[in-house]
Amino acid sequence: MPRQIGHSIYAHSRPDKSGLRGILSLYLSYTDYLNIDKIKPLKILCPACILFFILLFPFSARALDVPKLQGHINDYANMISPSAKVELEKELNSFEQTDSTQIVILTIPSLEGEVLEEFSVKAAESWKIGQKGKDNGIIITVAKQEKKIRVEVGRGLEGVLTDLAAGRIVDLVIEPSFKRSDFDGGFIAGVHSLIDASRGEFTVDKNQLPQRKNGIHSFFTILIFGVIVLLSIGSISRIFGGVSGAIGLPAIIHLTLMPIGLISFIILSAAGLLAGLFLPKLFSSGGRYSSGGFLSGGGYYGSGSDFSGSGFGGFSGGGGSFGGGGASGGW
Amino acid sequence: MIKNPLYFLIFISVFAISGCGYNTIQANEEAVKAAWGDVEASYQRRNDLIPNLVEVVKGYAKHERETLTAVTEARAKVGSIQMSKTLLDDPKSFTQFQEAQGAMSSALSRLMVVVEKYPDLKANQNFRDLQHQLEGTENRINVARTRYNKAIETFNTSIRIFPNNITNKLLLQLKLKEPFKAEAEAEKAPQMKF
Repeated sequence: MPRQIGHSIYAHSRPDKSGLRGILSLYLSYTDYLNIDKIKPLKILCPACILFFILLFPFSARALDVPKLQGHINDYANMISPSAKVELEKELNSFEQTDSTQIVILTIPSLEGEVLEEFSVKAAESWKIGQKGKDNGIIITVAKQEKKIRVEVGRGLEGVLTDLAAGRIVDLVIEPSFKRSDFDGGFIAGVHSLIDASRGEFTVDKNQLPQRKNGIHSFFTILIFGVIVLLSIGSISRIFGGVSGAIGLPAIIHLTLMPIGLISFIILSAAGLLAGLFLPKLFSSGGRYSSGGFLSGGGYYGSGSDFSGSGFGGFSGGGGSFGGGGASGGW
Repeated sequence: MIKNPLYFLIFISVFAISGCGYNTIQANEEAVKAAWGDVEASYQRRNDLIPNLVEVVKGYAKHERETLTAVTEARAKVGSIQMSKTLLDDPKSFTQFQEAQGAMSSALSRLMVVVEKYPDLKANQNFRDLQHQLEGTENRINVARTRYNKAIETFNTSIRIFPNNITNKLLLQLKLKEPFKAEAEAEKAPQMKF
């Protein structure tokens, strides 16, 4: 078998079969190898999908996209040293814990012709830094190649951090360090000034701690994941399914929602045991755990846009809004 | 399946009201009004800044009387236009408003170019502060305008698509709203660089 495959690929990739025809014949030999032709629609659908994505790509790549939010520090231009990163992350995190104000740094290698102010607002709109209703977010955007800085201030902070104050921080604190190529010092000093200027304006709301909200979100995420795992284990063996249900359900609740005691552990593991025993059976009678379970899981991920990966102790914006306040500068 | 025809009737009428787009159109119009509020506020903010700016520039650049007068006149013209909700529904006065604000923008950018000749003025902290405020305000105007246009787009779409267009024709009779257009001079006007 392997010799035959090797032969067919070699034969089709000869230079005289260049271009699209070569690719197509290579593809067909590959599908022969995978035996996909048993499922005819798949064989027709696959090239259609690939073509669709190839066509889609240039359109989505045209505008400069806002990169993914990684944490308080999003250093895509590699301007900040690892030690400074750790220090900044710690400081910004503790500031968020006390004041709920979120300050985020974004560095990009180049603007690729876009205007910094517009890009910065775009980032603000997609990340939604700051808490909802308080709108207390700040984004420091730096374009390395263009040597431009912008401090984008959320609506709720425009009172204490006026364009004027933000402008002075850019002019007098960040810029001088950047001119000396001391990026670490510039970011640290800038962040200190921004924290000093906005401290005390907001405090953490005890009623709706962000952690608790995340807890519920992550509970459902892990629960759905757990159910999928349970179904696949349960389809192998009912005993395994029951055991994993009995351990899994209390463990998920203990870790994400609240710590549980012995009695509630017993009750929950009994419920988990029953779920583990009967859920897979329920599904196996109607097409097993096939596409239904996975699809509903996917639907949840798709619709939960405001949850944005915060479940596993990560970082996300709280829904703050921006109105274009702040200041720009360059070095 | 449906035992009582009354239930069926209620079901149909509820579905018809929520499905005809009446609520969507109303919500979208409110969104447009809210976005317009932001536009108005940021333009107002710019207008409030101008007297201070003119005053500071005057102290250093006495010879640029023409440019300064142009700014003051543009401000007066903007002030004479009544900012009201009816502005949104009247394309003619909306265009007038847009023209006046456009003239204001170009007068301001001319002033900022002139200022480049005066190093003393550029070094003045007072002036630099004003520059930051003006720059911030211009940016707010941009953001507010973009968001307003987005809201208009949503609104206009919602009264044009089926079946909302029928609802609108029979019940609401709202007109399509005018978005902001890019100013013709804006492309040529020198960028403000600080």
